[in-house]
Amino acid sequence: MKKRSKKLLGVAAATLLTISSARADDTALTQLKSESYENIASGVTSLAARGDPRAPAIIAALQNDALYASEDGTALYIESTDGFTDAATGKPVPNVDADSLRQIHENNRVRVAVAAALALLGLSAPDAHARAAAAQAMIDHPLGALLPALDRALAHETDPAARHAMTVARAAAALSPGAPIEGERDQLAAVAALRGEGGAQARAILLVIPSPSPAVRDAAAAAVKSIDFTLQLWSFAQGLFYGISLGSVLLIAALGLAITFGVMGVINMAHGELMMIGAYVTYIVQNAVTSVFPGDAGAGLALAVPAAFLLCGALGVAIERGLIRFLYGRPLETLLATWGLSLVLQQVIRSLFGPTNVAVITPAFMSGAVRLGGIEITLNRLVIIVFAALVMFGLNLVLRMTPLGLQMRAVTQNRRMAALMGIRTSWVDALTFGLGSGVAGLAGVAISQIDNVSPNLGQSYIIDSFMVVVFGGVGNLWGTLAGAMSLGAANKILEPVAGAVLAKIFVLVLIILFIQRRPRGLFPLRGRAVES
Amino acid sequence: MKRDISAPDWCALAVAAGALVLALLSLLPADGALHVPAFAVGLAGKYLAYALLALSVNLVWGFAGILTLGHAAFFALGGYTMGMYLMREIGSRGVYANPDLPDFMVFLSWDHLPWYWYGFAHLPFALLMALLVPAALAGAFGWLAFRSRVSGVYLSIITQALTYALMLAFFRNDMGFGGNNGLTDFKDVAGFDLHQPSTRAGLLMLTALVLAGCLVLSRMILDSRLGQLLVAVRDAESRTRFIGYRPEHVKLVIWVFSALVAGLGGALYVTQVGIINPGEFAPGNSIEAVIWVAVGGRGTLWGPVLGALLVNLGKTLFTGLLPELWLYALGALFILTTLFLPRGLAGLRRPPALVAEITPVDSEAPP
Repeated sequence: MKKRSKKLLGVAAATLLTISSARADDTALTQLKSESYENIASGVTSLAARGDPRAPAIIAALQNDALYASEDGTALYIESTDGFTDAATGKPVPNVDADSLRQIHENNRVRVAVAAALALLGLSAPDAHARAAAAQAMIDHPLGALLPALDRALAHETDPAARHAMTVARAAAALSPGAPIEGERDQLAAVAALRGEGGAQARAILLVIPSPSPAVRDAAAAAVKSIDFTLQLWSFAQGLFYGISLGSVLLIAALGLAITFGVMGVINMAHGELMMIGAYVTYIVQNAVTSVFPGDAGAGLALAVPAAFLLCGALGVAIERGLIRFLYGRPLETLLATWGLSLVLQQVIRSLFGPTNVAVITPAFMSGAVRLGGIEITLNRLVIIVFAALVMFGLNLVLRMTPLGLQMRAVTQNRRMAALMGIRTSWVDALTFGLGSGVAGLAGVAISQIDNVSPNLGQSYIIDSFMVVVFGGVGNLWGTLAGAMSLGAANKILEPVAGAVLAKIFVLVLIILFIQRRPRGLFPLRGRAVES
Repeated sequence: MKRDISAPDWCALAVAAGALVLALLSLLPADGALHVPAFAVGLAGKYLAYALLALSVNLVWGFAGILTLGHAAFFALGGYTMGMYLMREIGSRGVYANPDLPDFMVFLSWDHLPWYWYGFAHLPFALLMALLVPAALAGAFGWLAFRSRVSGVYLSIITQALTYALMLAFFRNDMGFGGNNGLTDFKDVAGFDLHQPSTRAGLLMLTALVLAGCLVLSRMILDSRLGQLLVAVRDAESRTRFIGYRPEHVKLVIWVFSALVAGLGGALYVTQVGIINPGEFAPGNSIEAVIWVAVGGRGTLWGPVLGALLVNLGKTLFTGLLPELWLYALGALFILTTLFLPRGLAGLRRPPALVAEITPVDSEAPP
């Protein structure tokens, strides 16, 4: 409703500018005065199609039951709050006997014509969105009579979206039954235009062309094929985006694990719970920030990133010092102990925050979507892709450029030699585990934006994360990246074919089979240390 | 070493005797001082079925060094095959009174029985399947995994993936196993009403006998050459291979046998608990079974049986009295057992000097 009134306003403004050029071709007005709905409808259409400057006011009046014919059928009046105006001249008419007037009514046929006419008038709206919407309405109800107006609008349209909609609308009108052009050449041109524009709408129009000419039908069939191909390409691109998006979620969930499992050889089953705690940190920080600066969800989210990293990192160091260091060399026992820890952490959060989901707010800059060609990109997914890439980059930087990273790699490669060189291996262990846990916290912040934050959040990611690390190859961040992206893409490519659950099952089975071929993953570490 | 009667046999005897006493007491008149209520018999039967699962996990983890995080899959598969028989046994007494189709199929408006439900109207067939299905899955999985020398943590993780994939699959309605709700509302087994105390007592006795039988059978396997090879593979896989044995074959045999035991346990579990649903495949269940073994003491046959009984008894008591605290207790159990009781309760009985002999030679990670 709001949209339409806006459109009408625009039209009214345009009318004011052109009112002086009013001409006196009054066939349409005569038709409006008729008592036959058929005539009224065609009057409305021709009034709008000619681009008559009086059309907006008259059609709006008709729509609002404010259009009257005089008793003798010579004049057409528009009723407004301060009296009547003559529809033909636009001038106020004093002293009209309201009782002698006959109101002009609408039936469904007239209403369709009015809607089409309003759309047609919308073609000259100053706002490009309104013009595109008007053309869209004409795609939905193509009418051959609207062709000249579309041609006029196309002649000076510059906005690409509006142009696209108008081109499709023009072709749809040209191909509609009862269009004034009957020649094969015109129809072929319309088919070619639709083929050029592409899109699901153009395809739908092409599918139902009522043309008797075989050449046109063939051209339409070929055009449908071509559009199908393009649409398939786009849907593949869309699938790819979803795949990368899922892949980046898997990546960020698995990166911390790649550190603790990959570099240290520690199976941390509580990794998912560290992510869950990261998500709860987001919830707490966001609430704290919005209680001080109301309405600023973005700042809270930004602050949650370092907070989650530090808190989960500290928790990780505590876990390593308090539990894991007693279990080095017994990976299977570590697995059990950290599983126990994960149960405790879950229950702690459940006791503190309750078993139900808590609401984490998505800031404005992360909600909504943008269209890029034929694919739709949701902004929160895009932000997570960027965030995952940044975390990956940062981790690489830490591992390659910092003293800690150097020491970590040294301890991984040869613990005793590293100790002999003066590295405090036990501290390196603690910090490495802390780093991995901190990254899990970061993952929690990201996941809080796309998933329900509940005490069970961690469990739904832990198996997938392990799959990624094992698939990618242990001890190799690039392997984790490759693993995450290929699992994400495989899931999303299989999903349309098999459904979400079956796709997931297939991927799991594929991993199980893959591990048989490559027991050490896609990119195994080579060297002596691994063989032990 | 020659022993008159070994610890596993004592354990089997104790289990059978205990179950017999419990079963008989439950048949006493309800107002008697020694009467055991029906729910206690049901619980005991459930624990013994869990003990079978613990025994089967222990066979591969305690004696072959394969930490399985997916054994509940075999247990649940055994359960589902038995559940299918029990579903067919309902016959036309279901809500929709369809003589051929179980209620959930009528509800999904299926018009005929899927082919894989054929034969499950007969108890012997269902029992055979309760053994064959887990064994076939274990055989295929183990053959692939052990042949390509997937071991240690990697094997643990893919067993987890296996049970997770099965859980997802069984959640699907299209699979024809009742989807989310699973199979339930059973009426009777082999003509005996499942709600009769006498049937329950009989089932408890049967479970105890099966458990006792499996214990004795396991003891015989472990006393054989195969058992010695198993321990050799567990403690020094590479050395065993260099001597000329094929560790993958040894592992496969015990892996499949263990799946059989788990499947049997599942079949007995479903009969007594009265429901099976995809939740039984949840990875957490498999890990819980591992903790029973760890608490009881892996590497001994009787320890895990004891562990399963004790932990589940604790679970029942805790979740009844202090439900919020159960996960804390279970979590603490995991942590404390691994830190302070690496040999479990059974380890307390042994002199410390013997503990060292179990430490694997092929260590997997740097100290």
